[in-house]
Amino acid sequence: MLSVILITIAAIFFTGIIIRTKSLASGRKGPGVLQPVSDVVRLFRKGVVYSETTSFIFQIAPTVYMASVIMAMLVVPFGQSRGVLSFNGDFIFFAYVLALGKFFSIIAAMDTGSSFEGMGASREALYSMFAEPAFFILMGSLALLSGHTSFQGIFAALHIGSQISYALAALATFVLLMIAMIESSRMPIDDPKTHLELTMIHEVMILDNSGFDLGLIFTAGYLKFAIYGALIVNLFIGIIPYQYAIPAFFGIQFLMAVTIGLIESFMARFRMSHNPQFIVALTSVSLLIFFGVLLILQKFM
Amino acid sequence: MNLILAFILVPFAGMLFIPFLKVNGKGMLAFVLLMINVALSTYLAMESLAGEAFSVVLPGSYVTGSIPLRIDALSAWFILIINMVFLTGGFYGLFYLKAYREQRNNLTLHGILFLFQHAALISICSIQNSFVFLIAWEIMALTSFLLIIFEHEHIATIKAGINFLIQAHFSILFLMMGFIWVASRTGSYDFRAITAYTSSIPAAASFLLFIFFFIGFAIKAGFVPFHTWLPYAHPAAPSHISGMMSGVMIKIGIFGILRMLLVIKTDYTMAGYLILVISLISGLYGVMLAIIQHNLKKLLAYHSIENIGIIGIGIGIGCIGLGNGNQVLATLGFAGALLHTLNHSLFKSLLFYAAGNVYQAAHTLDIEKLGGLVRRMPQTAGLFLLAAIAICGIPPFNGFISEFIIYIGLYSWMSDATLVSLLAAISATAGLAMIGGLAMLCFTKAFGVVFLGTERCKLPDSCREVPFLQLLPMYLLAAFILGIGLFPLEFIGMLSKPVSLFTGEIAAQLKPVQMNAFNALQPVSLAAWLLILLIASIFSIRKFALSHHKIAAGPTWGCGYVAPTSKIQYTAGSFIRTYSKLFAPFLSIGKHEDEIHGIFPSSGQYHTHPYDKVEKWIIDGPLKFNKSFMGRFVFLNNGKLQFYILYGVIFILAVLSLPFIYQNLYSFVEFLKHL
Repeated sequence: MLSVILITIAAIFFTGIIIRTKSLASGRKGPGVLQPVSDVVRLFRKGVVYSETTSFIFQIAPTVYMASVIMAMLVVPFGQSRGVLSFNGDFIFFAYVLALGKFFSIIAAMDTGSSFEGMGASREALYSMFAEPAFFILMGSLALLSGHTSFQGIFAALHIGSQISYALAALATFVLLMIAMIESSRMPIDDPKTHLELTMIHEVMILDNSGFDLGLIFTAGYLKFAIYGALIVNLFIGIIPYQYAIPAFFGIQFLMAVTIGLIESFMARFRMSHNPQFIVALTSVSLLIFFGVLLILQKFM
Repeated sequence: MNLILAFILVPFAGMLFIPFLKVNGKGMLAFVLLMINVALSTYLAMESLAGEAFSVVLPGSYVTGSIPLRIDALSAWFILIINMVFLTGGFYGLFYLKAYREQRNNLTLHGILFLFQHAALISICSIQNSFVFLIAWEIMALTSFLLIIFEHEHIATIKAGINFLIQAHFSILFLMMGFIWVASRTGSYDFRAITAYTSSIPAAASFLLFIFFFIGFAIKAGFVPFHTWLPYAHPAAPSHISGMMSGVMIKIGIFGILRMLLVIKTDYTMAGYLILVISLISGLYGVMLAIIQHNLKKLLAYHSIENIGIIGIGIGIGCIGLGNGNQVLATLGFAGALLHTLNHSLFKSLLFYAAGNVYQAAHTLDIEKLGGLVRRMPQTAGLFLLAAIAICGIPPFNGFISEFIIYIGLYSWMSDATLVSLLAAISATAGLAMIGGLAMLCFTKAFGVVFLGTERCKLPDSCREVPFLQLLPMYLLAAFILGIGLFPLEFIGMLSKPVSLFTGEIAAQLKPVQMNAFNALQPVSLAAWLLILLIASIFSIRKFALSHHKIAAGPTWGCGYVAPTSKIQYTAGSFIRTYSKLFAPFLSIGKHEDEIHGIFPSSGQYHTHPYDKVEKWIIDGPLKFNKSFMGRFVFLNNGKLQFYILYGVIFILAVLSLPFIYQNLYSFVEFLKHL
């Protein structure tokens, strides 16, 4: 339960901090940290415009997307405290329930009959497919290392002790961060602030959403970021007592948001055709983690 | 005993009466007779699933020896799957075939064969005499051939049918070799003789025997590289037959493999690794080729290969668990495989029926020509969507449950494993994740292009939703799909007996340690409920919030362009273009394009023809060689009757003189020995 509250709080500020960092880095004053939230609140109070080509799929898709993200949030633990749902193999559920949301957002984009949105849908489907093996190998390695098969069991048993496990934690952070970027369609993969539909992925898929539905999609996006942030935090806090763990949570989330803001300020998006290579490289990094775990467990004997 | 007699007589009753009825009567009678047989076999299956295994030994004849019929829990599970699919398929077929009312003789044959096919499939599940088993297997192959070529006026259908027939007989060839091997050594056709025989011979020999059976059954199941008949046969058949073939017939191959694992005592670890590797390749290759298909039914057919791969992964890890004495792994593997067998037969037959509805309404299955069908056939679209989500293994539907069990099996395997098995486990996990991702690409494409957007070509005005009764069996399947997703433990309970056949528990219930492995399913079903609740509540909040606001309709955002046509929509080809470029080494896509150029461009065109690389290598290549080799003997085939008679005479003489030659040779060799 604790994790849900913390993730929600983090989600409120997360995107605002990214935007603020970007504006400060480019020498602007920028909007307040709570601006994204107030945008969403305004969207929730608006009417909607539906394209004439769309069907019921388009109308339920944002709802399903939002529900899938909330379900994913429910299985994420916080250190010692379990997620609302915690069971063996909950990370499998985590990945597949997020896939449900993705499925609906892809078909909703196809529902508009627009070639732009079809393009975004096709890219989203392809890239998320490549990210899956990396996540499963990473979780498999962590499960092997800790001897547990639930988020909570893995994170509670994970002790960052020897030097090699520091290296593993760094690599795991990298993999999770990159998966978060792919899932939330952020910088090296996708540029949310681009102005050309041809170069977008996620943004172009939601071109026709408006009002309440758009608000749902934005909220889900903010939550998704904070969820992955929470997973990264979990790699480190382990059995630390709450009075340190909770500040550490917000500290790491803040750091992550600032990092993303800085990356987005100083880096250009990858070429679309290079994205798959980059994502496949993630799988290799997670394989590296797997071999690192084998090394720790002395399986090479 | 009487039950069995009744079961055998029912198809013959169909043969006797169906030809003399009117068109509607034919269908009704066939369905009623089917129901009788379904009821009989379901009764026996339920009996053996609930309590004692059904077993009876028929006297048989001098040739066959006694014929043992044994319906154990494994047979019972498959019989229930078969009955489920035949019942829905038969009902659906009654309506699907209305379009062919004029072809009375064809319908007569179809109805009778449908009954015989059902009887043959059930018999295969229960007969444990290899001789009679092969006869039933042959009946199944022939009836399916005739069922496939229902629309035999199309050349492509006949070709697909003959392709199927030949490959089905390759399967029989391998099975026959395996059975003859055992029968020649033991003198008995009973399956129990196989168990006795294989426990007395060296492990390598029994493994070789297993390989024979595995290849034979793998051809039927459609494992890569034995799958090439499948993508032709499924699309060529009428939709209810495609659903039945994909839902049941290829599962008979899975049944065969499982049965052989039960009766052959061999090195299970090695068999497990073999099955695991082939299944991973099948899973990945199947879905990779499914994505590039533009014929809806062909896409579904390739997707069956993928699902056979997933089932195989379950069987593989189950076997490895047996070999290593890891009870939990064996339980999870076989349970996942058996549940996925049921699941796949549910959602795949639903998908084929939905494709049948599309074909009936739009008269085409070419994805690129369809589009926007959700407005014309909303119910079919909804059912297709449900099955598509289920087949991608996404909660809250049944596909997730079985894939989840297999995943849990893979992760539990890792906890006590050597380096080799760890590598196998992690690559299987990554492969399964990849299969899931690719399946999503495949089905977002299929659903998005066929049902969403606007119509890409002019569809006939008659293109609309099919009658409710035709949708009824589909809703039944959908209910099961959702039911397994929401109440997984009930179905796992039914699985405990078939699974314990493998894990060697005599008690009807699984041991607590094995049941523990399924503990996670309780929260999974809770999560599925929660997910549905969440969707419903967010949707009602949304509805409430929107009730005070204006809901307007407008055109799709066109980036400022105000006259878009349906042709500028993303097509199936463009949806997967990046994918097909990335995976080009594995795919074989023929292209034909005329690009648009010049200041005043004329029309351009772009065609793609997906083909199967494995087929090119293992079917087309040898076939070409065979043709050119056989071509050298064409001179024998000179069309003169006198020569043909001469060949006959030579043949008879050769046969007659064989003993004579042998005798001479023998005495010559004896003579040499004496020197």
